[in-house]
Amino acid sequence: MNPNAYLVLSGIIFSIGAIGVLLRRNAIVAFMSVELMLNAANLAFVTGSRVWGTLDGQTAAFFVMVVAAAEVVVGLAIIITIFRTRNSASVDEASLLRW
Amino acid sequence: MIAAVIALPALSAAVLLSFGNRTNKFGPWLAIFASTGSFLIGLWHFLQMVARPAEERPALTTVYEWLSVPAAGFKINFALQLDQLSISFVLLITFVGTLIHIYSLGYMSHDENPRRFFAYLNLFVAAMLLLVLADNYLLLYVGWEGVGLASYLLIGFWQHKPTAAVAAKKAFVANRVGDFGLSLAIMTMFIVFGSVSFSDVNSGIVGAPAWVSLTLGLLLLLAACGKSAQFPLQSWLLDAMEGPTPVSALIHAATMVTAGVYLIVRSASIFNASEIAQTAVVITGAISLLMGAIIGAAKDDIKKSLAGSTMSQIGYMVLAAGLGPIGYVFAILHLITHGFFKAVMFLGAGSVMHATNDNVDMRRYGGLPKVMFFTTITFFIGYLAIIGVPPFAGFYSKDHIIEAALSHSWWAGAAVLFGAGLTAFYMTRMMMMTFVSKSRWHEDVHPHESPLSMILPMIVLSVGAATMGILLTRNHVFEHWLEPITGFVEPEPPLPIQTITTITLSVVAIGVLIGIWQNIKIAKVAPVKVSFVVKAARKDLYGDVLNETLLMRPGQGLTKSLNIFDNAVVDGSVNGLGLFVSGISARLRRSETGYVRSYAMSIVLGTALLVIALLMVRI
Repeated sequence: MNPNAYLVLSGIIFSIGAIGVLLRRNAIVAFMSVELMLNAANLAFVTGSRVWGTLDGQTAAFFVMVVAAAEVVVGLAIIITIFRTRNSASVDEASLLRW
Repeated sequence: MIAAVIALPALSAAVLLSFGNRTNKFGPWLAIFASTGSFLIGLWHFLQMVARPAEERPALTTVYEWLSVPAAGFKINFALQLDQLSISFVLLITFVGTLIHIYSLGYMSHDENPRRFFAYLNLFVAAMLLLVLADNYLLLYVGWEGVGLASYLLIGFWQHKPTAAVAAKKAFVANRVGDFGLSLAIMTMFIVFGSVSFSDVNSGIVGAPAWVSLTLGLLLLLAACGKSAQFPLQSWLLDAMEGPTPVSALIHAATMVTAGVYLIVRSASIFNASEIAQTAVVITGAISLLMGAIIGAAKDDIKKSLAGSTMSQIGYMVLAAGLGPIGYVFAILHLITHGFFKAVMFLGAGSVMHATNDNVDMRRYGGLPKVMFFTTITFFIGYLAIIGVPPFAGFYSKDHIIEAALSHSWWAGAAVLFGAGLTAFYMTRMMMMTFVSKSRWHEDVHPHESPLSMILPMIVLSVGAATMGILLTRNHVFEHWLEPITGFVEPEPPLPIQTITTITLSVVAIGVLIGIWQNIKIAKVAPVKVSFVVKAARKDLYGDVLNETLLMRPGQGLTKSLNIFDNAVVDGSVNGLGLFVSGISARLRRSETGYVRSYAMSIVLGTALLVIALLMVRI
């Protein structure tokens, strides 16, 4: 099987995610972009697993999903707390921790 | 047993200083007792020594082994050498010292803390006795430093007066310059001879190369200059008058300043071996005796005038000691007679000050014989003795020095003769201003005779000043006494002795006449329009100015420039580095914007860089 198409797709999704994280101000959207990047990585993992015929990539993908789930739990809680206190989910406004 | 001479005053000083105020009541008496006991023990040793034949007189007592480094062959005993020379000093120091102790009882009676004063006096006497009794140079050095310390404490005794504190410091510093010479001499001795005892040095110097005796001679001369206030280290002596007057008497008559003369005479073998060193000693003595006399002639402060006189008289002794075997005996003879007449005059000056509310300006004295009979008489005897009127003590000792100097060279003879005339002049001036002329007292001054404790020592000393010369020179008794230690060669002056005596006495008479003629009328305030000589002499012949320009200012300049260097270069580089780091940090921290997106950007860029780097490495 030729993995190139899968890897290119994975790269594209990863780039979209990265650009989304860098450009979008809404914390929820940025969060979703992070999910995109994680899933792009998952796609690359399972592609590799398929190509080499081993289960390592599959295992790694499961780990990533577990991490992503945990991240969502903590991240969403933080975002909601910020939204409650500031009435805004903009990541640029929460910039007090600086020089 | 001889150790007790030193131990008594040393113990007394230790008791008085360590038990403090508890000893206030009996302190002065304990000090006088210690000093008297010391004198009596010295006298006992002296009588025993007289009874022995000349060659058996010196006695060495080893008290204990002091320092010992077997590997280096270095061994020094705490040993005391009692011979004709040191016993002469012991008797002079303890006798005059005891009288000064007694005098201080009256003089210091109004002081806050006489006990401390007496403790220092005892310390001084003990250190001086150690100096003259030591059998090696290192032990002598201990006494030498002890004398320096005690003089510092005594000159600065009234330390609440800034002038006294400064004077004490100055004396100490000037003395340290001399001590430097002595310590170098001791090191040289140890390197060359492997020992620092008098006997080893005396025997070692015989076969030693010429540079050894020359170096040692010059270094010892430097040491003597510091302690004896000879040119060029004389400047501390006049300031030392800030101390209480008994201290001045003690420093100037019996102790301290005589230490330099003792050192030169004790090191006779070194100086005999080097003609250049001897000439240097003679020149130093000649310069000092003339400088001292000129300074003494211009001062209105009675104590400073007497201090100039001391410098001048010590100059006589140093000059005599530089003449070699023809002079050593006379140097010591003059030292002893000077001890008596200078002590009596200092004590007399103290008595006058005591009577006139501590006024030292001779222009406000005058008319004192009416109220101070004993002071006047004893001072007058001291006066006759110092200018060398026969048969008073100074005549014999000074006349011998003049004979010896004339047989050495014409210029040394001329210096001492001129000095004799100057002495007569300034002492006559002092007599005229203090006693003979009409009273010019401050309004609230009511002079009165001093108490018995002050009068008595002056009377005893004046008897010594009157008779010591005859006693010591009759049948050449003193020459025979010291000859085994210092050697003695009869001087052979180019003129007959009678002619020299006549010339000396006429010079003295001229000095006295000028002194009387110039001081018939005395202004209450020192005249301002005076010749440049008087101006210079009032400023101690620019001794302080010289020291300041040659030593103090360059030193200050060096420290100032070092300070600037430290501030600019050392501090500058350290502070500059700090400023650089903090400046960089101030700029770098601006990158912490607080925007999550910019942090994310840096992570992305960093990762991209890493990836590129990895790819590059693979290629």
